Amino acid sequence: MPFDDITTRLREQFGSDSFTTSEFRDNRRIHVKYERAHAFLSYLKDVLGFDMLFELMAADYLKYPDARDRFGLVYGVLNMATGERVFVKTFLNEPDLTIKSVYGIWKGADWLEREVYDMYGIVFDGHPDLRRILMPEEFTSYPMRKDYPLRGRGERHNFPIITRAES
Amino acid sequence: MALDLPESVYLTSLDKLANWVRSNSLWPMPFATACCGIELMATGASKHDIARFGAEVMRFTPRQCDLMIVAGRVVMKMLPVLQRIWMQMPEPKWCISMGACASSGGVFDTYAVVQGVDRFIPVDMYVPGCPPRPEQLIQAVIDLQEKITKTGTFWGREFKDRVTAEGPKQNAAILPGDIVTAPGEFSKSKRINLN
Repeated sequence: MPFDDITTRLREQFGSDSFTTSEFRDNRRIHVKYERAHAFLSYLKDVLGFDMLFELMAADYLKYPDARDRFGLVYGVLNMATGERVFVKTFLNEPDLTIKSVYGIWKGADWLEREVYDMYGIVFDGHPDLRRILMPEEFTSYPMRKDYPLRGRGERHNFPIITRAES
Repeated sequence: MALDLPESVYLTSLDKLANWVRSNSLWPMPFATACCGIELMATGASKHDIARFGAEVMRFTPRQCDLMIVAGRVVMKMLPVLQRIWMQMPEPKWCISMGACASSGGVFDTYAVVQGVDRFIPVDMYVPGCPPRPEQLIQAVIDLQEKITKTGTFWGREFKDRVTAEGPKQNAAILPGDIVTAPGEFSKSKRINLN
């Protein structure tokens, strides 16, 4: 259905000032507050037929000029019957980087949320097994944040050296 | 007075015999993590055949190999595994670091990639390239064969003398000061003197 129909039905369900929209060519976005994101996504899947979550990523706006919030979280949903895509965008701020997990809506969000947790430190409430997926388990920092240096803080070279005589 | 030996009798030393045997039958342990692994497979295939040089079988168990070829970038999660595989190989053993990433981290100067496995593993031969052509890898095997022939011993005494680490920090202490050895701080490093 066209984007206007989607937004009309969302306004009927959640109220007219519960979200804002923006568009660029065929990229249609809905900006919501993080408390309501789970309800929006659940409605998008169950009622409007957006049955695939194809994207779950975060962005750190720490050094972005005129940014209001630190972390943005983007959910991309796809309607497999009609091929339409909609992006749902929420914002999170420190110190409370917790948001309700969408694992109950899409099982595929399991590893997507683990990756966002590993790279940014955003905790997903209700996730069955939230642990690091790309970095080693004992890694302590969140590498994709803007205040983490590209070359790391020495974790990559913190290993015992084996010389030829002892091996 | 020359000895009159029949044709099938050779007079040599045990060291030379052991070196000849070991250098001409280096069975590789392919530690292929990334793109260099594809070139390693190409070197093992029929067009450039590494089996011509004695590397007949690529055993994937370290217990049966004597040459470890580290092909590809090694991340910090993989390095303890690499060290364990190296320790599992029986003596005598050698290591070839294939490609730019295994030798120095390559293009990936990031928080997860180890900047050269020679920081943590003793390496005998480095092959530059991204990825190195099969001919370059074969040249490295030939050079290693020469190294074994020239410096090898029957009891493996040459390994016991290598008691210090051989990574970039140690090389920087030995090499003259105007050669760049461990890049990373490009704002402060000097250019190589090519005169």
